[in-house]
Amino acid sequence: MANIWVFVEEDGDSPSSIGLELLTKARSLGDVTAVYLGSGSDTAFSTLGDHGAARVLHADPGDSLPSAPVAAALAERLSTESADLILFGQAYNDRDIAGRLAARLGRSVLSNASDVELGDGSAVTTHEIFGGTQLAKAEVRGDAPHIVLVRPKSFPAEAGAGLTPEVETLPLPDVGRSSAKITARHAEEREGPQLTDAAVIVSGGRGLGSAEAYGMVEELAKRLNAATGATRAIVDSGWVPYSKQVGQTGTTVKPDVYIAAGISGAMQHLVGMKDSKTIVAINKDPDAPIFSIADLGIVGDVHNVLPKLIEALDAR
Amino acid sequence: MQVVVCVKQIPDPAGTQSLDPETHNLVRPDDQVLDDTDRYGVEMGLQIAQEKGGTVTLVSMGPAGSMQGIRQALAMGADRAVVVDDPALKGADALTTARILAAAIGRTGYDLVIAGTESTDGYSGVLPQMVAEFLDAPALTYATRVTAGDGKVSIDRQTNTGYEVVEADLPAVVSVTAGVVEPRYPTFKGIMDAKKKEVENLTASDLGVEISVLQSVTAVEPAPEREAGVKIEDDGTAHLKIVELLEQKKVI
Repeated sequence: MANIWVFVEEDGDSPSSIGLELLTKARSLGDVTAVYLGSGSDTAFSTLGDHGAARVLHADPGDSLPSAPVAAALAERLSTESADLILFGQAYNDRDIAGRLAARLGRSVLSNASDVELGDGSAVTTHEIFGGTQLAKAEVRGDAPHIVLVRPKSFPAEAGAGLTPEVETLPLPDVGRSSAKITARHAEEREGPQLTDAAVIVSGGRGLGSAEAYGMVEELAKRLNAATGATRAIVDSGWVPYSKQVGQTGTTVKPDVYIAAGISGAMQHLVGMKDSKTIVAINKDPDAPIFSIADLGIVGDVHNVLPKLIEALDAR
Repeated sequence: MQVVVCVKQIPDPAGTQSLDPETHNLVRPDDQVLDDTDRYGVEMGLQIAQEKGGTVTLVSMGPAGSMQGIRQALAMGADRAVVVDDPALKGADALTTARILAAAIGRTGYDLVIAGTESTDGYSGVLPQMVAEFLDAPALTYATRVTAGDGKVSIDRQTNTGYEVVEADLPAVVSVTAGVVEPRYPTFKGIMDAKKKEVENLTASDLGVEISVLQSVTAVEPAPEREAGVKIEDDGTAHLKIVELLEQKKVI
């Protein structure tokens, strides 16, 4: 059996959803070790076991920026035991640790995979390129472990593995010059449904014309119990915070219904939302790429359509 | 303060992108543009160098071509550029790219290295971290604010739920998001000056980096297409179609 290691970060006080998705995939590939980053608890470890982890290496970096010490600790561990594949999510700390670990081990990294399989002495990955219009297969050869970063929502997270993992502490070394400290943490207020798990999402783009017009997106979302999203263009313009960004560099979403208001459909956006079950698009430009994937496309001005839609919902 | 900014020339994203049918490498025209996400790093570097006194050196790897993209960054005000262009680096993986950049940065000398969080044509999103590991420096990533000076660097680091303040000693590597600072537009004088600025061209062997390409794209095929549904022109009643669909899907 192949040895698969999966990096899982704590989110709140339980394992992150991307981590559980990766564990589910990993258990179909071999024996699974979860590398768990966070304060840790019996409940969290049992969730890891139920998603396929036979063993947990638990690292708690406290106020140290985790990347350098965790990469160093994993490299140290990998000098005495072997892994065939290490999976990370396409997420902040995942990217940091995977990058540093790969450099330390002299391995490359395959990023943004939407699927991964083990080949004969290699890892074979699938990547959605050009906004998801093309699928590229890539192969990484050379000495194991192969390091792959997988996009969120590439696999379902399924409990039911029923394992009780053996939990070991992964001691974190002093990394000297490479160390950095987290001196304060600030959480944005999170109100209402969140992008990652909402059944309905209403997103706005440049076609809204102004930051104020994003209010219409929020009003509509309220009436549908939906999360609100945005394109990179309006996040970069400072209309809404980065946490709203849907797309390649933002959040990947797969809701039941996605309403795109004033979004033309740049590749960078499409790749993050094209797997929504039903897509509604409102845009002035009849040739906007978003219409090529929309189940219901409305060629019209969001400034006319959204207020009427909100009014119609209120009248029900 | 010696500031190094990593920049990349990429095919104009407004144009059509294509892959070489044999190698599956991205086809790179002679005229490439500065990756838009790099403008934030260049601006941040310029502001820090201006405030603390110092120089900004650009470091880049890839086909130099007409150098249009590098000149764009020089026109913003960077002092000089080091470009590693070597045919042997075609299709280089993240590991090789990071080794090259780290070697070029080490050779240039640095207190602070600034990079974007990921390139617009490759999106691997791990280069700054790999470079930092090779330099044995901390990687302060996804910065929405950066201050540097007196041997220290401090950033606001984007997280899933907000941000955290991260501090480290220089030398350090920082990756910046688009929100970090508003990039300037080059002035006419800047554009003229850029033509005269020093650009050093290096090969992999100049840097003593051995190239190993352990990964490759083996096949590319069209993704299963999602079928477009109905498209209607808004005649003032299109919102009712949305209501109908939301009812069908039991959202309302």
